[in-house]
Amino acid sequence: MDERYFQPEIETMGRHDLEALQLRRLKESIGAALRSPFYRTRYGGAGITPDSIRTLDDLRRLPFTTKDDLRGNYPFGLVAVPMDRVVRLHSSSGTTGNPTVICHSRHDLDCWANRVARCLYMVGVRDTDVFQNTSGYGMFTGGLGFQYGAERLGALTVPAAAGNTVRQIKFIRDFGTTVIHAIPSYVFRLYEVMRESGISPQTDTRLRTLVIGAEPHTEAQRRKIEESLGVKAYNSFGMSEMSGPGVAFECPEQDGLHIWEDSYIVEIIDPQTLEPVPDGGIGELVLTTLDREAMPLIRYRTRDLTRILPGECPCGRTHRRIDRIKGRSDDMFIVKGVNIFPMQIEKILMQFRELGTDYLITVDTVGNNDEVMVEVELGDLFTDDYSQLQRLTREITRQLKDEILVTPKVKLVDRGTLPKTDGKAIRVKDLRNNR
Amino acid sequence: MTIKQITVFLENKTGRLNDVAKVLGANNINMLAFCIAETVDFGLMRLIVHEVDKAVDVLRDAGFAVILTDVIAIHCDNRPGALSKILESLAENDIFIEYMYAFAQSERADVIINPNDLEKCVRILEEKHSDIL
Ligand SMILES: [Zn+2]
Repeated sequence: MDERYFQPEIETMGRHDLEALQLRRLKESIGAALRSPFYRTRYGGAGITPDSIRTLDDLRRLPFTTKDDLRGNYPFGLVAVPMDRVVRLHSSSGTTGNPTVICHSRHDLDCWANRVARCLYMVGVRDTDVFQNTSGYGMFTGGLGFQYGAERLGALTVPAAAGNTVRQIKFIRDFGTTVIHAIPSYVFRLYEVMRESGISPQTDTRLRTLVIGAEPHTEAQRRKIEESLGVKAYNSFGMSEMSGPGVAFECPEQDGLHIWEDSYIVEIIDPQTLEPVPDGGIGELVLTTLDREAMPLIRYRTRDLTRILPGECPCGRTHRRIDRIKGRSDDMFIVKGVNIFPMQIEKILMQFRELGTDYLITVDTVGNNDEVMVEVELGDLFTDDYSQLQRLTREITRQLKDEILVTPKVKLVDRGTLPKTDGKAIRVKDLRNNR
Repeated sequence: MTIKQITVFLENKTGRLNDVAKVLGANNINMLAFCIAETVDFGLMRLIVHEVDKAVDVLRDAGFAVILTDVIAIHCDNRPGALSKILESLAENDIFIEYMYAFAQSERADVIINPNDLEKCVRILEEKHSDIL
């Protein structure tokens, strides 16, 4: 047996067999879904049955499921099994309106733990490892999700949960922690506190692997985490609607995240036209669960933007890879027929050391033309010479144009002057509809 | 002699200049001299104060982007022709002035100069004009 794979027969399954498996499971999922009040009405009313699906492409004719559907049928309208078979639910915080609730049977929890174990094993975690989870436990799926996955693998788990950095560091040292799961910003916090206490992550700890996710971060930030802690850091992708962590995960190649296609059918759609986007193009990720019995979701619009990375991965896994998440589809806007995502603009801006972190994109109609204005915070002043500042503005404009194919107007602004709502930065203001 | 000048980035938005003045005023920092250079999109305010470090701290805390630059400050008599004599000797020695500003009080004037070659400019002024700040 190949030591690199947790389930070699599934992870390296030929595409033909994998797609046959998907088709079989898709029919089962639709059959199961039809037992829920929500899908019985929506699909049953339209005459959709498992037999409506003869090929995987037939899935495209089925209606989407959205977060609003989950909210509108709160809490149990999508449950497809008798309630006595439901053993756990996870609920989102839901700041506005009803939260979203996901129900799990024993079978569902078992599959979920297996997927997370597969992810961890993929990046070299073994039963000899000590896995410390700094996620919040409780309703947040990053807690229990990683907990059961790491236990399934046989690692020694340290359910440290969130917060208390000094105690986290004590655990890391006393228990010989080798693997940590954390959000990127918390990794930097851990590192800072270690440094302040004179602890070297390289020589005073056994840390080797970091699992990072749940928070957008750049490749540069990942490299910084790896260098400062002397570890390898791997991207994790999941969402509570798809159970939680374990949906997609980076392999040792660190070039895209394998999405487990025995558990999910992946589609990338244009959020405007809802048509499929060819491999390599950015669009909204749409997922269909294939092995969830309590609450199957068919064509669930995740609102996350990403793309399928074309080509095979040298690691030997046949499950396709998605790129790191590029933002939310709600933030996409169209100028002169071009789909533009704020993440594209952010990626360019973050390459300029002279700039701060906040920016605002304003789209407006000037005369008969749509214009894009990008206001970006200056970091600290780096020159007393305004021609250098103008040169910086011109260089930002040029690079942005190369990326989004539209020439924006770039304006440098003071820190803290861009608008915020509830402490969160507003990224896009589209004024075109207000006229 | 050279002194530290504070340059503040100003968004071209009404009230930003007043914001700088307010922050400094609230912290009891007096501006000795300042000038503003503007383009369509932004401005740079250059200013001279006594408590440089404190001024930089309070401006940064208020969200302003600032940088410290070495500039030359000289006294010259507040009478016709005094400045021109200084400038002539600089021009003779190929010193190009990026920008300068001045303020006069009674019989003396203070002139702030940012030359293309700071060291050389200091040397020439020290040789020919003793009254550098
Ligand atoms: Zn791979």
